[in-house]
Amino acid sequence: MTQHELKTAPEPAGAAAGGADLSLASVTKRFADFVAVDNLDLTIPAGSFFALLGPSGCGKTTTLRMVAGLEQPTSGQIMIGGRDLTGTGAHERPVNTVFQNYALFPHMSVLDNVAFGLKRRRVRDAQAQAKAALELVELGHLGARRPGQLSGGQQQRVALARAVVNRPAVLLLDEPLGALDLKLRRQMQVELKKIQTEVGLTFVHVTHDQDEAMTMADTVAVMNGGRVEQLGAPRDLYELPRTAFVANFLGKSNLIAGDVVEDRGDAVVVAAGGHRLAVRKDRAAAHHGRAVVGIRPEKLKILWPVDAPGTDTNLLRGRVLDTSFTGVSTEYLVAVPGIGTLGVFSQNHGQQLARPGDEVVLAWDTGHAFGLRGDEDTSAGAAEAADG
Amino acid sequence: MSLLAARRPAGTGSVQERAADRRRGRTGYWLILPGFVFMLLFFVLPVFSLLATSLYTKPPGADIGQFAPALEFGNYVVVLQNYWPELLRSFAFALVATAAALLIGYPMAYLVAVRLRGRKLLQGILLVLIIAPFFTSFILRTQAWKQILADEGPVVQVLRALSLLPQDGRLTATAFAVVCGLTYNFLPFMTLPIYANLERLDTRLIEAGSDLYAGGFTTFRTVTLPLSMPGVLAGTLLTFIPASGDYVNAALLGNNQDTTMIGQVIDSRFFRVVDYPGAAALSFILMLAILVLVTLYVRRFGTKDLV
Repeated sequence: MTQHELKTAPEPAGAAAGGADLSLASVTKRFADFVAVDNLDLTIPAGSFFALLGPSGCGKTTTLRMVAGLEQPTSGQIMIGGRDLTGTGAHERPVNTVFQNYALFPHMSVLDNVAFGLKRRRVRDAQAQAKAALELVELGHLGARRPGQLSGGQQQRVALARAVVNRPAVLLLDEPLGALDLKLRRQMQVELKKIQTEVGLTFVHVTHDQDEAMTMADTVAVMNGGRVEQLGAPRDLYELPRTAFVANFLGKSNLIAGDVVEDRGDAVVVAAGGHRLAVRKDRAAAHHGRAVVGIRPEKLKILWPVDAPGTDTNLLRGRVLDTSFTGVSTEYLVAVPGIGTLGVFSQNHGQQLARPGDEVVLAWDTGHAFGLRGDEDTSAGAAEAADG
Repeated sequence: MSLLAARRPAGTGSVQERAADRRRGRTGYWLILPGFVFMLLFFVLPVFSLLATSLYTKPPGADIGQFAPALEFGNYVVVLQNYWPELLRSFAFALVATAAALLIGYPMAYLVAVRLRGRKLLQGILLVLIIAPFFTSFILRTQAWKQILADEGPVVQVLRALSLLPQDGRLTATAFAVVCGLTYNFLPFMTLPIYANLERLDTRLIEAGSDLYAGGFTTFRTVTLPLSMPGVLAGTLLTFIPASGDYVNAALLGNNQDTTMIGQVIDSRFFRVVDYPGAAALSFILMLAILVLVTLYVRRFGTKDLV
């Protein structure tokens, strides 16, 4: 064996800088008669920060565990850097995980925890690399402590260092911030993103927290019932959800079901409860028949009836049911006859606020509405988002 | 009020609350009093009586069983000179039996505590089976090993057929039989503490090990075993200590030449030869030797948080 081979042999495949592409092809995981992951196809490009977002039981954690090698798919293939890893054990994969509960070894010092993976691969300067990784997460001074002597946030960083130090082709994060309080979570979100940029690895992040996914990830896949509902950049998912589940789970949406009654060329008009709602064709999934129109609460403008524009489209008259003042904005619930109750977020810039019982008019730009297929369940995902 | 006081850090309560705290503190001492009295009467006093007996002398012309109080340290020298082989043999047998019990008991405990986690019924059945031997008498179970290892018994027949034992080879009345008996009789004392420890093992740590490139055996060596050391320590002590002083297994399964253990010697010195000082001195030597061995062992392998 040459010197070169000696040095590189224990390195996991694809551990090159920048990580490696991860792809799942028709992956299905069945537990008894429950399908946790249903024929999932996913390609995650090298170096990206990818979030699997969904409510509990949507299959995101099972997907992560299959990538880690802690579960084997019932069918389908998992490939990293073009190499088929289906059927190999977790210890044979160039993948490391930051576990939800951190899973730090309580009988080892923090430094030994971080050096664990390096030692298993017989990396020569394991201790020095582990120290450097601890410096990266700003815990260089705590290497001699036991994990039990650290705070939750510090343990989280140790878990991250323990995974990152191995320079895995893919780094998996399983609800890594779930156990932290809100303030610490925000801080760690920023730091995680910073570290990912610094080390340039492929991060796959599983979470049920939409804010977390949107803050950190370049690409978000919204999962529901073992399938990916929609995949894209956070902003694209938010501005143009393609299913009611995504519209309700990722932020809030007002979804109104109706029928397409007019084709204006670049837009269609949907009639619902005696109102006319326009949606641009490139933002609408259905151009005829039944359709659902969605508008985000912050895209709705709340106006006094005297200020209402003189058009017959994108104009809803209603009565304020409830208001809640949150400082930056005010949230209104407005009852619109024939349609139901809509939510409105209104930025506070010193205008006179409507009170419960006031008659108001809601208006919006056609470009802000999105159209979903007419058979969508308008309440899908709303309860799951509330649970999260 | 007492609930509120309990939530507060010590020393911040009112005068009455602090008086209540003191009363609660004293209650603890009253509760250990019965145990203290029991140990004083039935352990501490007998130990001193034994110590005194071990230094008695036999006056010239005294009847059998008649001794005079003295400080005859020579008793210790005499019994050590006469019985050091039995003493060493006892520790050797106990050591082999402890190692065998560990090799058998650990996988059993691991199976029930880790592999069958979540399958409560199966776990319960297996735990009962581990304890089941205690339902019959110690002596009877040891007698049963005589049958198992008998010349016409299944074990000897199979071993002879496989030529692992010469055609006239025997297992009864051998050191092998004695160690078998010791291993078998003390196996639950090994298995249960390890089970109790492994039951609390966080299996996510095993997953973390395999995620960090450790194969099954490496994860066991670096994660599972170190974490279960308190259980292993307790199990080995609970097996080794009684096994070193045991005399039933050697008496029933051994012979009169090369399997005699120190417990048998003490037994016969006390009740057959009626040499009370010699028996007492041997008992003390055994106790001290175990104490030294156990201290060295716990120092080497012990953890701060024992079980």
